[in-house]
Amino acid sequence: MAEIAVRKKLTAVEEIFHEGGPVAATPLRRAIALAVIRNPYAGAYVQDIAGFMDDLKPLGLEMANTLVTALGGDARVVEGYGKGAIVGSKGELEHGALWHVPGGYAMREVLGGAKAIVASTKKVGGPGTRLDVPITHINASYVRSHFDAIEVGLTDAPRADEILLALVMTTGPRIHARVGGLKASEIRGEDGLR
Amino acid sequence: MKAKIRKIAVFVEETRTEMGRRVEPPTRRAAAVAVIENPCAGKYVDDLSELMTIGEELGELLTERAVKALGIPGASAESYGKAAAVGEDGELEHAAAVLHPKLGAPVRKVLGKGAALIPSSKKRGGLGVALDIPLGHKDAAFVRSHFDGMEVRINDAPRANEIMVAVAVTDSGRPLPRVGGLTKDQIKGEDGLR
Repeated sequence: MAEIAVRKKLTAVEEIFHEGGPVAATPLRRAIALAVIRNPYAGAYVQDIAGFMDDLKPLGLEMANTLVTALGGDARVVEGYGKGAIVGSKGELEHGALWHVPGGYAMREVLGGAKAIVASTKKVGGPGTRLDVPITHINASYVRSHFDAIEVGLTDAPRADEILLALVMTTGPRIHARVGGLKASEIRGEDGLR
Repeated sequence: MKAKIRKIAVFVEETRTEMGRRVEPPTRRAAAVAVIENPCAGKYVDDLSELMTIGEELGELLTERAVKALGIPGASAESYGKAAAVGEDGELEHAAAVLHPKLGAPVRKVLGKGAALIPSSKKRGGLGVALDIPLGHKDAAFVRSHFDGMEVRINDAPRANEIMVAVAVTDSGRPLPRVGGLTKDQIKGEDGLR
């Protein structure tokens, strides 16, 4: 298994008390973990890239654990998640797709078997590119109160031969969620959807 | 607490390699940012003492958050900086009132020392405006390896009636410093300069 060359990491936690409405009894917390890695396929078309997904697994686990630690160390507080990637200009969108499996399964493993698909997005971009990482409930994708997104990015990444990888986790619904739909308390939790 | 805080975000950046060269140990810097209501927004207020008091509160809160995020005792911090961005209905002087008269003393209390001036920047801007927080060594401003800056932004702040206030703390200088000047092992630490 090839070692992943990590240039830098960013961890950030947002703690939201209100957004003009009543101050929440428990603030919503949203955490991001970013890693900037060298893209081994930058600059040329490479047909066989799938093996890199296995190489990324340890980094995925490290980032998922970083998020849980940043949120206080108890995985049970996590209710929403998402993932994303920004591929530098000498890479290909498909290189960002390599993050789906290691990023998603790492979070599921750390959270103890979350059922819902991990919402994701990706793009090719230069240093400073911002990515709106979508967020959904970890056990039921249709829980409307947990539809959210976090904007991530780093001023100096990704360089042309790099990929910026992102994992995000949240501890609850939007701070003033009130547009109806399936509630977290109504989850059946069988199919990952409802 | 006088400050009406809408959200707090804490960022930790860790640089492990630069130009392919290993940074050992990795350089780390943290920024804690509070988004607060600007009590003076939308009108000319002559007496800004309320904002000064808010600055004092945030100096302690944000420095504690930043140091905690780095996982170091305050005395191990090496450089620091502060910055504020005022929403469009506020005045640059509001940022000055938060940052300059009272914010510094609690920062220094948390860090144990801090003989040097805390470098600062301020601006007025809209949502998502980037704050470049200047960084300098906390005990000797002339330590050249620690001249630096950290960019932070929050996509939904500052709103028109808000102020974003940031304190940054590091446990290191730039990743691969090699432009000479005073080094940290030469610090006398008496006058805050050398």
